[in-house]
Amino acid sequence: MSAQIPAVRSTEQLREKWMKPEVITGSEILLRSLVLEGVECVFGYPGGAVLYIYDALYGFKDFHHLLTRHEQGAIHAADGYARASGKVGVCIATSGPGATNTVTGIATAFMDSVPLVVITGNVVSSLIGTDAFQEADITGITMPITKHSYLVRSVEELPRVIHEAFHIANTGRKGPVLIDIPKDVSADKTLFEPVQSINLRGYNPKVVPNHHQLEKVAAAIKEAERPVILAGGGVVYSGGHEELLEFVTRTEIPITTTLLGLGAFPSGNPLWMGMPGMHGTYTANQAIQNSDLLINIGARFDDRVTGRLDGFAPHAKVVHIDIDPAEIGKNVKTEIPVVGDVKTVLELLNPLVGRSDKADAWRSQISQWMADKPYKYKDSDTELKPQWVIELLNDTTKGEAIVTTDVGQHQMWAAQYYKFNQPRSWITSGGLGTMGFGFPSAIGAQMAHPDRLVISINGDGGMQMCAQELAICAINNIPVKVVVINNQVLGMVRQWQELIYENRYSHIDLAGSPDFVKLAEAYGVKGLRASNKEEAKQAWKEAMETPGPVLVEFVVSKEENVYPMVTQGSTIDQMLMGDCE
Amino acid sequence: MTTTMTSHTIAVLVNDQPGVLQRVSGLFGRRGFNIESITVGQSEEEGLSRMVIVTQGDDKTLEQIEKQLYKLIDVIKVVNLSSKPMVARELALIKVKSEPAERPEIMGVVETFRAAVVDIGTNSMIVQVVGDTEKIDAMIELLHPYGIRELSRTGVTAMIRGNA
Repeated sequence: MSAQIPAVRSTEQLREKWMKPEVITGSEILLRSLVLEGVECVFGYPGGAVLYIYDALYGFKDFHHLLTRHEQGAIHAADGYARASGKVGVCIATSGPGATNTVTGIATAFMDSVPLVVITGNVVSSLIGTDAFQEADITGITMPITKHSYLVRSVEELPRVIHEAFHIANTGRKGPVLIDIPKDVSADKTLFEPVQSINLRGYNPKVVPNHHQLEKVAAAIKEAERPVILAGGGVVYSGGHEELLEFVTRTEIPITTTLLGLGAFPSGNPLWMGMPGMHGTYTANQAIQNSDLLINIGARFDDRVTGRLDGFAPHAKVVHIDIDPAEIGKNVKTEIPVVGDVKTVLELLNPLVGRSDKADAWRSQISQWMADKPYKYKDSDTELKPQWVIELLNDTTKGEAIVTTDVGQHQMWAAQYYKFNQPRSWITSGGLGTMGFGFPSAIGAQMAHPDRLVISINGDGGMQMCAQELAICAINNIPVKVVVINNQVLGMVRQWQELIYENRYSHIDLAGSPDFVKLAEAYGVKGLRASNKEEAKQAWKEAMETPGPVLVEFVVSKEENVYPMVTQGSTIDQMLMGDCE
Repeated sequence: MTTTMTSHTIAVLVNDQPGVLQRVSGLFGRRGFNIESITVGQSEEEGLSRMVIVTQGDDKTLEQIEKQLYKLIDVIKVVNLSSKPMVARELALIKVKSEPAERPEIMGVVETFRAAVVDIGTNSMIVQVVGDTEKIDAMIELLHPYGIRELSRTGVTAMIRGNA
């Protein structure tokens, strides 16, 4: 890759440089604190209420600031950065509309437990509550979608607040924290001394599990005849993928990984059954439904995974490992709850477990299902099939790229046909299902990993929700390969209308979309288009060989559906198999 | 685990921060938990407030309420008071119509309930009553025939009995 992304400058010397006590403004305190928290890159958009902060940023070189074209772009980029790096993503927006433009991104990060610190400006303290120009109660607005939030009352609080915000965002069950800073607070001066300690009485995430519970899990594994592991995003976030591999290797229990858990377990491993749930594999869903022991590791039993709850895993004793005790028993009755950090839990659990010997017949059954009912589609020589395009990307990159997606059919095909082998390589909006997320999150991921190949897979709908960020790629030479799977409709909506709403195709036609190649070129990004296999191979080859950002539009068939599919209200073994039959 | 809907009284010790009531009540609202009454005031420790919340729900809901409350950074401690013997009190001020001729009769009701008359106007009086919710309901019912002009109840505050 020939990324010329500005170098990251967070070093120990830098920290020392900013540690010395000094009387400075709130804005300077903010910037120094961010450096001290290890921040390398922030995404933002200036405006009236953050002008002091941006004034302090003038010439500031100790972390990189990327000016996006919309606050939604900034916060999704910060989110992508956080998911790809495991560090806290940081976003700055001004008061009022700037702040409210981040709401979708905050909710996206909240649903998927992504650590973010969102800094918003607010009007001067004396004007708060007067409906002043560009005033919005952003702490009030975002209370339900943040892990915690602060409205900073005085400049003296600022160092403590920033330190606490980073701590809260990236510990326990991770999540977004908002810091709302009134304009006068960013201008006021005080003696800045870096905060070293944290005193949060009400916040003590339980990392180490109860040993007795682990023994129960080990005993249950020994007895199980049809055990299944369901692993989720918690494995990725805790960094416990190696421990998970060891757990599976020791027990030889078949494993399914949720949408957010893709990459937490190597897809090539014969015990991996693919993804479960609405568009999951036949095998994963049958395995869950027929299991007598279901070991949930860091997943939250989302309804897209469970389908109809009262018929979910009807024969299984349920083990649930989660750092958030509120997730245990929230949706599914749990016999063995284990509260703790996934990595720590597995480290302690692994020495206690051995091969599940009673499950040999079960393992053969599962191999049989996998052989009989893999993902399938009807390929064509006359038109491009979206699944084929994903396979092309997978084959040419050997599954090594970081892939971000938007939301819809292309997202599910990417989840089904791209084979992930390492964590933090798959970035997608799972919980909130946010269109517009795919492309800007790739910018963040590329900032986190300048030397890796980052592919952003989008539909023609979602691409138009944050397309303006092409400018950021062009100006900063961020070499994201932007894929647009263009089927000229809102594909997933079309699929539901076809299958559930009796072909009543209401308002899904995206006629009037721009010429994506010209759109890319208008921003100074190379654009390519392919409408058949030969063109596709050629265009993708050219994209891969071109340094810097490239947009490739794949014009695909309109009528393609994602299969298998579990319709809402069904149990997950009641699948429409479609072309997978 | 039972699925019967029962009334629960929960005490929540919270940081005395702006917005903390909004965080707690917002949590109840968006997760579909019911609030019958909520009271907030100072606790025994400076910087901490105690909220007492009366809610309806089955055991599973109660468990979720406790767990979700603990997720709030400003929540220090959650105690299910109604799982133990507790003292629960509510205060009500009742402005009741009372022509001079009716006063002795109303005073009789008030005394029986060990309530107090805290203000007398030309044709109304304010009765203050303290007790558990049932006692206050009963008092209101008895005063109803005279004509209640205004009623203000505080909601329940509560504590576990003894040294617990």
